[in-house]
Amino acid sequence: MADLVSHPDEVKVVSRRFGQGATNIDRYLELDGYKAVQKSLAMESDAIINEVKNSGLRGRGGAGFSTGMKWSFVPKQSAKPKYVLCNGDESEPGTCKDRLIFEQDPHSIIEGVMIAGLAVGAQSGYIYVRGEYRYLLVIMQKAIRDAYAKGFLGKNIFGSGRDFDVYWHGGAGAYEVGEESALMESLEGKRGIPRIRPPFPAVVGLWGGPTVINNAETLASVPHIILGGAEWFAKIGTPKNGGTRLFCLSGNVAKPGVYELPMGYNLKKMIYEVGGGIPNGRKLKAIVPGGASCPCLTADEIDVNMDFDSLAKAGSMLGSGGVVVVDDAQCIVKFALRTMNFYQHESCGWCIPCREGTDWLKKTLLRVHSGGGVKKDIDNMQYLAENMLGRTFCPLGDAAAMPTIAFVKKFRKEFEDHLEGRPCPYEKAGVAEEVMA
Amino acid sequence: MKFSEEFEQRFAEMVTHYPTKRSALVPTLLYAQDETGFLSDEVIAELAARLDLTELEVHNVISYYSMLTTKPRGKFNVQVCTNISCLVRGGEEILHHCAKKLGVGNKETTPDGLFTLEEVECIGACSWAPAAQVNYDFHENLTAEKMDKVLDEYRRR
Repeated sequence: MADLVSHPDEVKVVSRRFGQGATNIDRYLELDGYKAVQKSLAMESDAIINEVKNSGLRGRGGAGFSTGMKWSFVPKQSAKPKYVLCNGDESEPGTCKDRLIFEQDPHSIIEGVMIAGLAVGAQSGYIYVRGEYRYLLVIMQKAIRDAYAKGFLGKNIFGSGRDFDVYWHGGAGAYEVGEESALMESLEGKRGIPRIRPPFPAVVGLWGGPTVINNAETLASVPHIILGGAEWFAKIGTPKNGGTRLFCLSGNVAKPGVYELPMGYNLKKMIYEVGGGIPNGRKLKAIVPGGASCPCLTADEIDVNMDFDSLAKAGSMLGSGGVVVVDDAQCIVKFALRTMNFYQHESCGWCIPCREGTDWLKKTLLRVHSGGGVKKDIDNMQYLAENMLGRTFCPLGDAAAMPTIAFVKKFRKEFEDHLEGRPCPYEKAGVAEEVMA
Repeated sequence: MKFSEEFEQRFAEMVTHYPTKRSALVPTLLYAQDETGFLSDEVIAELAARLDLTELEVHNVISYYSMLTTKPRGKFNVQVCTNISCLVRGGEEILHHCAKKLGVGNKETTPDGLFTLEEVECIGACSWAPAAQVNYDFHENLTAEKMDKVLDEYRRR
């Protein structure tokens, strides 16, 4: 079980039942569990979609697309069955929030899947849990069994005359599967290679049927919106960014942990007040504000509000809520190299710009970090990364290129300090090569 | 090919989850591997037959997923994360420490067949870094001393 933290500035919506034994279905019922789905059963499907639209809920997986809008793209009539798919393949480096929802409040995810199903006219939902999270799959399996035993799932749910089934599914280790079309391929028992779009999953998804795919935190927010109302949820955040966000504070910060803060919370405040600042007398060097794929911010750029639009304006992304804090004892070249090592490892090789781009960037970063780089390498990296942008089937290519561009642009001097045989100023040369050989 | 009763029950349940049999493949492979240690030709042939696939199709899927392996591993797979959140809190040092302590390199197994060491990408323990997983168990907020204790505990099992 992961350690829970808390701070007075938190607004607990999704994390409201954390630490209260809500994995037990009876306890979950005491804490207003399964009330939202019963309320939804009495609503028209369009009314559910409008409520979610008006709440300003945006995808918590990273893209930040309006959830209600996404649901509205599913056709009313379909010859093939429709599906809801919960994306619990959390793997963006720096992100560990869905893990806590699965661990502490699994029924809220089931309820979210059911409400999404009622909204789009689906009769079954799948909850995909990443392979490494085996203990969470066990928790989810029990939660689903308990919900069936109570008659909340299956035939004639809550005496409504409607049927709804929820199934669990486990992954086996693949970052790319977090991309929605690759997720469907994986669920269909194949390699997680992304699909070309259009058609979008809302029209042609799982087994060819219209499919709604939402992140676990997104779906866990839905029951609270149905019960508390769109207006209440929207007001917690900033305009067009409704509700709260589970921020995963990690790295060189005094009090790391997962904190639920209102959308639009100031990043500087998050680091210095909620997170307790930078420990060991060190200074802040950089922050990766939303998981490894988001361009870093320098210490001068952190007076920014943490919502999708403000971060986009600041040239980065809110992403998956993984806030990685980097102090001045860390080497940015090494950090960039680790980031690229990851994307190179996870690239499926389907698109050439991503397969070749990540590999060449990793090789170049490795060379620069070990002191064997030449001046031209720095510009080459930037040129190469810029040419990956927008040229791949799925966003993995962009996810690899964007942070690299920012590291090179914002910390050019540090790259130059590694050139022409000079050892890394931060550590013994050769460590990275040895580890990654 | 004989699997446990638990596996058979789960398998029987799983194939009812989906409109196509093949969909059960990825979770089934991992559950099978948990019992047999690795995915041998025999296991692959068995699962391919059960899910109406060719062995080649199953191999094709196995090679995509980082947790699936066709090579034997130690009883305990020590997976140390060195991705960014762990990196800045000493993940590499933990990996080096394990390598020294176990006397093996990345993806190597100790001669007694007890431990395999593996450097892995983000395991979702970022706020509790540095972290490692031994088989499916998370070990977090690690130090070299804490890692020693963890390894000793598994050795005694």
